[in-house]
Amino acid sequence: MDTDLSSQDRKDLDKFIKFFALKTVQVIVQARLGEKICTRSSSSPTGSDWFNLAIKDIPEVTHEAKKALAGQLPAVGRSMCVEISLKTSEGDSMELEIWCLEMNEKCDKEIKVSYTVYNRLSLLLKSLLAITRVTPAYRLSRKQGHEYVILYRIYFGEVQLSGLGEGFQTVRVGTVGTPVGTITLSCAYRINLAFMSTRQFERTPPIMGIIIDHFVDRPYPSSSPMHPCNYRAGEDNGAVYPSVEDSQEVCTTSFSTSPPSQCVFTVTKAHFQTPPPVVTDTLKVPVMGLAFSHQLSSSRLSYQPAALGVGSADMGYPLLFAGGLNAAHPHQLIGPGKDGGVPPVPSQPAHGTQADQERMCTPLDGVHYSAATPSSSEDTETVSNSSEGKCGSPHDLLETIFIRKVGAFVNKPINQVTMANLDIPFAMFAPKNVELEDNDPMVNPPDSPETESPLQGSLHSEGSSGSSTGNTHDDFVMIDFKPAFSKDDILPMDLGTFYREFQNPPQLSSLSIDIGAQSMAEDLDSLPEKLAVHEKNVKEFDAFVETLQ
Amino acid sequence: MVCPDLPYVGGLPHVPPPRGQMVGPGRTHHRAPPAVTPAMNCRAEVLEVSVEGRQVEEAMLAVLHTILLHRSTGKFHYKKEGTYSIGTVGTQDVDCDFIDFAYVRVSSEELDRALHKAVGEFKDALRNSGSDGMGQISLEFYQKKKSRWPFSDECIPWELWTIKVNVVNLANEQERQICREKVGEKLCEKIINIVEVMNRHEYLPKMPTQSEVDNVFDTSLKDVQPYLYKISYQITDSLGTSVTTTMRRLIKDTLAL
Repeated sequence: MDTDLSSQDRKDLDKFIKFFALKTVQVIVQARLGEKICTRSSSSPTGSDWFNLAIKDIPEVTHEAKKALAGQLPAVGRSMCVEISLKTSEGDSMELEIWCLEMNEKCDKEIKVSYTVYNRLSLLLKSLLAITRVTPAYRLSRKQGHEYVILYRIYFGEVQLSGLGEGFQTVRVGTVGTPVGTITLSCAYRINLAFMSTRQFERTPPIMGIIIDHFVDRPYPSSSPMHPCNYRAGEDNGAVYPSVEDSQEVCTTSFSTSPPSQCVFTVTKAHFQTPPPVVTDTLKVPVMGLAFSHQLSSSRLSYQPAALGVGSADMGYPLLFAGGLNAAHPHQLIGPGKDGGVPPVPSQPAHGTQADQERMCTPLDGVHYSAATPSSSEDTETVSNSSEGKCGSPHDLLETIFIRKVGAFVNKPINQVTMANLDIPFAMFAPKNVELEDNDPMVNPPDSPETESPLQGSLHSEGSSGSSTGNTHDDFVMIDFKPAFSKDDILPMDLGTFYREFQNPPQLSSLSIDIGAQSMAEDLDSLPEKLAVHEKNVKEFDAFVETLQ
Repeated sequence: MVCPDLPYVGGLPHVPPPRGQMVGPGRTHHRAPPAVTPAMNCRAEVLEVSVEGRQVEEAMLAVLHTILLHRSTGKFHYKKEGTYSIGTVGTQDVDCDFIDFAYVRVSSEELDRALHKAVGEFKDALRNSGSDGMGQISLEFYQKKKSRWPFSDECIPWELWTIKVNVVNLANEQERQICREKVGEKLCEKIINIVEVMNRHEYLPKMPTQSEVDNVFDTSLKDVQPYLYKISYQITDSLGTSVTTTMRRLIKDTLAL
């Protein structure tokens, strides 16, 4: 076959192919590390940069590649394959790509080894650099760390594409003809990544099992283990964030210690630029028989009112990744299935939210202290909206939900209480009494710049302003009401005004009856009259009922 | 060398790729007529992208950098016996801000600046044209052929990449988000197309001797050595013709010879 090839050429060619294979593996694995790669150009040749490309050599990867090759070179039927797979924190794994370096029999005798083949191999490596950023696994690998990691495995022999699922696609990086055959570099990648968004992915058999089936003529009985494409020196898993303790404490004070009819939630969303180790907690506070659980995780925030009919089972996806991570995690993990009267456990929110929480909680302190009157045990709920992370991934949720419940001991008219489940921020800051709306400074707020933090400066009304509105039922009144994210738009009505106006609808007439005014006896006396009236209108009622059917 | 406005330099008229010959999903491969030299054909590739206004720059840079990654080598160092050694080309990853896309470029700040400049001018021209936002940017690789005095050097193109750009306007943020992803996917396809062409291993200029190296390579950069290239662009006005560039070319034609 290689009669025309001089021995020197043959040696060179073998060396080129060997180092090409090693560099190919380096490029592929480095492209899946999840970091941006940057190497410098150097005008003076160092002599150690194969193919005139600055490709770093990660020793472990080279070692694995050499181990897989075991002194052989890619030949017909013996391809070098780099398998890239994804492994979730739960242990499920999925093959994403298989990069194959193959050799076929088509020879190009006339080609010059030392020059043309070398340059073409260099070009092929550049193409590989470009193509590795283009397959779907690249974006997945850039986001790895918390919920999943990317692993690589090198094997030599027959290409096994069965793990890629149905409908996988192939992209050919390129070919280089040599006197001993044509080198082909290609990638087969999975396109059905849909399992990531649902819980219904198949559980793939453990990697160990697959390895054994992979190789037919494997010279060595040992299986090649999967390696993480993670070359970072070491993440600080389970790092304790002392500064969070402070905000933690502040948050704790805003939790209600009064009867379980009240609750306070702090719902925050993590703001992340560089992904910190995930912090996941479930906070459960039972409220009037409602059990809420929400999770703080660094990549998503979900709110789940278990008793409101939305089952906790829907939270499967984030929990899959959230649970089981970071064994060294100092925080408590409470699974969603454990509904019940668990008292709130002070949880450490994600580090990134710490700043937000501090900001939000500090003004709350002032509010809370001023609210410490026996007549009201109303508590507050705040939200902090931090900006979304730069990922822009679809699962970044921002949910702010408020529940305002009034305690059993509050002595205000019942008509004021029917504002449970108000999905409006700062609901508790709305004026409680409609009649005093005109005098209420919240309705006619003084003009003030709205670029500051919404609660900043508005909750310093610790005691002084409590009486300024004349509404003795109000325990705390805001002087300046600057709702979040509102700005002076073209409309004369800003967000705050809108809230105020529409939070206080007129009382229902039926509810405004002063119950104490009528005695029970009078009620009973008026009953027969009412019944007579209704009996007269029986036919109308019947017709009405029929229309409903 | 970047000459953003002039479609050519030198005495020979440049053979532009015929417009309107789009066949298939945004990519054609045809050979321009060998009007320049019988022995050499200019390989021409056309890529087409539809992007939003603020994505133009990144999309163009991604494509141009990918092409130049393949068409750059390390610096040549010639030794006494006529052999040469080649320097090392470094690479780096670039993330796009307005597109869900990342690409690899050569680690050369000079080259990056040159491309930024050309693409920036193209982007400004697109914006100022006031037309539907259609234009094309061309990256041409050429060889210089020294002519005797008084004739100036010929520039003989051997590869021409044309990227047609169609700027769309989007109404709301949701559409923009979809556009980010869609353009990212499209650019992935374009990269695959480019790599496919590169790996056909078609004509490449011969490796030059030391005296000829400037006729083949751009040796002005200090860390890498791309093939001689020039970037030009045309803005298509609403009539479908690019008026200004044609006029300029006519004038140049009459003056050059």
